[in-house]
Amino acid sequence: MAILGMSLAMVAVFVGFGLLIGTLFGFFGMGGSFLVTPALLVMGYSSTVAVGSGLAFVFGTSVIGALRHRDHGQVDYKLAAIMTAAMTIGIEAGKSVVFFLEATGRADLIINVAYVGLLATVGAFTLRDARSTSTGDDGHDLADRVQSIHIPPMVTFRGGVRVSGAIVFAVGLVIGVLSGFLGVGGGFLLMPAMMYGLGIPAAIAVGTDILQITISGAFGAFTYAQSGSVALPVVAFLLLGSALGARVGAGATNLVDEDDIKGYFAAMLLAGSLAVASNKLGSVYGIELLNTMSTALIFGSALLVSAAVVLAAVCQLRDDGHGTWCRLVGS
Amino acid sequence: MFGIESASASVQAGITVGTVLAEAIALYLAYGALSETVGATVLDALGGD
Repeated sequence: MAILGMSLAMVAVFVGFGLLIGTLFGFFGMGGSFLVTPALLVMGYSSTVAVGSGLAFVFGTSVIGALRHRDHGQVDYKLAAIMTAAMTIGIEAGKSVVFFLEATGRADLIINVAYVGLLATVGAFTLRDARSTSTGDDGHDLADRVQSIHIPPMVTFRGGVRVSGAIVFAVGLVIGVLSGFLGVGGGFLLMPAMMYGLGIPAAIAVGTDILQITISGAFGAFTYAQSGSVALPVVAFLLLGSALGARVGAGATNLVDEDDIKGYFAAMLLAGSLAVASNKLGSVYGIELLNTMSTALIFGSALLVSAAVVLAAVCQLRDDGHGTWCRLVGS
Repeated sequence: MFGIESASASVQAGITVGTVLAEAIALYLAYGALSETVGATVLDALGGD
């Protein structure tokens, strides 16, 4: 039996994978294209279809996530507007850098090294923050310093955070340049930048990040769909799972103290950087084992972190901090 | 001719993005209705009540 030209087994794989990604996306506001595109490449889709379908899926999931976060009052439209404007300009600048590097013939090497380096840096920073929080240090030194800079116009965001609009624009511009340069959505950079750099409360940073991803995802999906590079049945089944997962993940943000999960998230980013590095080394030197290790790292860490989110939410519901499993995700 | 082709590609792309948007909104509403109906029961069951 086939649905939309797909076997039932493949339908189950896509729905299940969507559920996993949706949970991560709803909770952290990122992890979409970072996981879907490699998965579709592993399944044998061409790189343009993998990227195009990944973007269309990220767009659909982020629509659901943004609606959900809006219902909880966790979206700051002012912040999203400034970030979107700055990132759009930045992405164009980032693309120009790629074209320049392509002309020199070193684009691939530099982009991959930058990608691995950034994932590792953000992962290490998040891990450091998680450890400083658990040792009682509030870990907001950078945000405090940024908020103390009074360059007009000063803008007040949800949660009472007051930051210079010029600094917010500059942060968006830098993230945009990096997104355009690396060819990624930027969620994994935008969310930590808003939280740690600007001091925006975690739930509002996630909600605003998702709204921004919705806008850029729609634009990206449209661009790829123009050349027919979006596999709609794949996107449809992934969305079926992720719509439920996004609800679970967004609901969990109201239950789980995100400091409890930060360590896992940092581990996922570090595993991601290792995965990209081993994939590239595997391709360059023709070592299949490294490519397999890369896939296992991406899916293993995604599965582990989404399971940790769900487990932490269930433990919170049960008010259980002492059970064997609950102690694993407790602070 | 190129203009017509690119216009038709844009229309097709618009339909694709619109389809994804429609599915996302439909799923949001459907799962929302489902969680209204059985959400409390599931949360109670998970919470051990």
